[in-house]
Amino acid sequence: MELLEEKKNKNRKYEPILHGIPDWPVYQLSKNRKEFVELVTRQAIERIKVLRPTRKQLIDELEATAYREQNRIKRNRWRVDPKDDSRFWSYIKNELVDLSTKAHETTDAVIEVLLEKIVSRYANEIAGNFKPNSYRFTREVVKFWFQRLLNGARVKKFGAFFRNQYTLRDKIQIVGKVKMLRDLARKGTVVMVPTHFSNLDSILIGWVIHAVGLPAFIYGAGLNLFNIKIFAYFMNSLGAYKVDRRKKNLPYLETLKMYSNLAIQKGAHSLFFPGGTRSRSGLIEKQLKLGLLSTAIEAQRNLYQQTPDGEVRKIFVVPVTLNYNFVLEAPDLIEDYLQVKGQDKYFPEQDKYGSIELIRFMFKFFTKGSNISVSIGRGLDVMGNYVDENGNSLDPQGRIIDTRGYFISNGSITDDKQREDEYTRMLSQRIVSEYHRINRVFASHLAAFVAFEMWQKKYPKLDLFSLLRLPEEDLELEYEDFRKVFKRVRKKIYELKDAGKVYHATHLKGKVDPVIKLGIENVGIFHLKRPLLINKKGNIITKDLTVLYYYHNRLVGYNLEQYI
Amino acid sequence: MGVIGAGNFGTVIANILALNRKVFLYTRNEQTAARIKSENQHRGYVLHANVEPVHDLQHIARHCDVLFPMVPSVHFRDMMRQLSPNLQPYHILIHGTKGFDITLPKDQSLETIAKLSRQQVKTMSEVIQEESVVVRVGCLAGPNLAKELAQRQPGATVVASHFQEVIQLGKRLLRNDRFQVYENTDIVGVEIAGVLKNIIAIASGALSGLGYGENAKGLLISRGAVEMVYLGRALGGDLKAFLGVAGIGDLVTTCNSPMSRNFTVGYRLAKGEKLQDILTDMTEVAEGVNTVRIAKKCADHYKIRALITDRLYKVLFEGMTVEEALEFLMRYPLNADIDFI
Repeated sequence: MELLEEKKNKNRKYEPILHGIPDWPVYQLSKNRKEFVELVTRQAIERIKVLRPTRKQLIDELEATAYREQNRIKRNRWRVDPKDDSRFWSYIKNELVDLSTKAHETTDAVIEVLLEKIVSRYANEIAGNFKPNSYRFTREVVKFWFQRLLNGARVKKFGAFFRNQYTLRDKIQIVGKVKMLRDLARKGTVVMVPTHFSNLDSILIGWVIHAVGLPAFIYGAGLNLFNIKIFAYFMNSLGAYKVDRRKKNLPYLETLKMYSNLAIQKGAHSLFFPGGTRSRSGLIEKQLKLGLLSTAIEAQRNLYQQTPDGEVRKIFVVPVTLNYNFVLEAPDLIEDYLQVKGQDKYFPEQDKYGSIELIRFMFKFFTKGSNISVSIGRGLDVMGNYVDENGNSLDPQGRIIDTRGYFISNGSITDDKQREDEYTRMLSQRIVSEYHRINRVFASHLAAFVAFEMWQKKYPKLDLFSLLRLPEEDLELEYEDFRKVFKRVRKKIYELKDAGKVYHATHLKGKVDPVIKLGIENVGIFHLKRPLLINKKGNIITKDLTVLYYYHNRLVGYNLEQYI
Repeated sequence: MGVIGAGNFGTVIANILALNRKVFLYTRNEQTAARIKSENQHRGYVLHANVEPVHDLQHIARHCDVLFPMVPSVHFRDMMRQLSPNLQPYHILIHGTKGFDITLPKDQSLETIAKLSRQQVKTMSEVIQEESVVVRVGCLAGPNLAKELAQRQPGATVVASHFQEVIQLGKRLLRNDRFQVYENTDIVGVEIAGVLKNIIAIASGALSGLGYGENAKGLLISRGAVEMVYLGRALGGDLKAFLGVAGIGDLVTTCNSPMSRNFTVGYRLAKGEKLQDILTDMTEVAEGVNTVRIAKKCADHYKIRALITDRLYKVLFEGMTVEEALEFLMRYPLNADIDFI
């Protein structure tokens, strides 16, 4: 088994790049929270007026907003929602109804007031509230307890509880371009865009940012997370701003985008999950939400416009993948996915996992095996070009490019929404392909992939749903067959790695039997019904094919199916 | 403005652009540039006074923000590699080349490879993006016979791009009282339509060579259009591009122009000549011959039913006669007229 341990962790401790919290952009932002929220409000209103230039369009938009908000309050209420929600929106609605009787001049004035009220309410809701003391406290608590758990469980000696032999760094491996990330955070503003599989991602990535010595980032976190108290506490202390996916109305979306845009312009390193929501299927995100992503491009263009010649603070997009053996919510996520497969519909957020479940999970996670790895991708500019450690954008031939040129038309920088929408689409495709490239294959991912694909191949006539309905007792793979295919696909993964198309954990190498064992032991390790097991005959069986399908999806997109 | 490539189409487009502004017309060869300059005409077209022939790529990249590459597809990637070091993100490129770019593994050739996928087959706009930092790319396609454009006969083209900015620019630069410019956002679809129609042009020549009349041609054009839609969609184009000026428009024109090279290939094949002899006679490449090869191998890869392409492939490269191919097509049991809308 020794061979299978991850290579001695190279992760050293990183010194913070900015020592005093008062220097952190996120702190500056929250110190001047009131002014910043006002600025966001002002600019968002301006933008909304550009998008809805006539009085009629504006009234229609506000009516639609009020209608949707009242609907939301009726149908989908959350614990975090403000108490006066219902009162506020009835007031707006009544004011709008009264408008029809008024003269144009009064109407304009009323619209102005209402719009201001709505946008400012949204801006206040969105804005984060970073508190240095609470940040420090959380950081220490997390570090202390995680360490205790790790050491208590792993070193079986009296007093081990208080040792520091193992640290979080042994449990969570940070691989990839860490040094570059640190360099870029010094030179410009970083927008980190991780994949999203679990609610725990938010906390994990918060720790990663701290561990590599970066100042706290501002965070686009789903408002639903704030329903869970323990998360709410963490998120607030990490500097999160709130993204409410129930609100799809124009004033809200524009306010949210303006918040992100202005914060990035002010140099606050940012983080959001561009997939928008946790991957339901377990697939690496293929389609990203473009809204927040577009703010990085817009912020960069604004910066260029503000400084027509001379140095401009550059914005760097850094893709990150989070690689787990186990996703707590997997059974529910995949159920959601299968239910709506083929239909494009909103997933109601159901967070069955309250504080207790999370703590229990954390305890299991730290006391049992199963590591997590975080791969940091190479930095990109807002156009998706690679950058070097000095922040210069490079073309595929390695020549330095001036990013400013992408916004120039006829000799000067222009504001062209359609162009930037297209740039956003290009950037999102680029991020998706980087995700696949930096994805780190674990033995458990490979075991899940191979087993599921083999079963699928065994029943070629069945569609996915019929396959998933097969009784688990009918599913058994001869170990030898499985081993052969596993080996073959593993070889293909080595080839993909050499071609720079994916990464794999070091534990994937070596004799195949122990790797398979490790893989099977770790797929969805903490689920009650295990997706893969070895039975008494030594063959491979499943107790939950649906969940296996979820874990298998992690390796979809590399055309590995043909080698089954 | 700069036009890269002084072929028939490049020269005529340079003249159209030159109506309101100065235009550089790039040709690879220094002597050619000098000759065009001294004679003030090229390929039988008198040059507008605003057109200046040049042979220095760096020069035109430095002096022009907008470039129109009009280079045959086989040379396109090489040209882009030379041009690329001089290009900046502010450049806008609108190309007018109808052809595919093929990248094959070292030990394979277009003849030997069994199937082709979009990994190997690229449109010109994709080549531009692969080889340079330019992202604002557009293409021109449509029924644009250089000769008729030069005579100021009424005509139209499509400017396709993902960027409205590029489309509007193309319109502003090209449009005049005799030349209508349409917009399309599906650049890949428009490019593919412009390439695939060459296959049907060969078939049209063949029908003509067999002495058949207008019914046969009507049949060919309509079924050819359907086949283009199938192939085009497999290669990443959208249906709409094939129904427009760059699709049906270009298809009808090419199938009715006996002067075109692709038409001639088909015509002479039907008269019983061998492909090799026809090609050695021709001074310029008939893009359609290669396109048949590529399209057939793509159809095999994506499992698309492309009967006309497939039969034409057999005629061109496997010794089937035109009559046999036609007989096969006429006997093939097909029922649905249109099944893609």
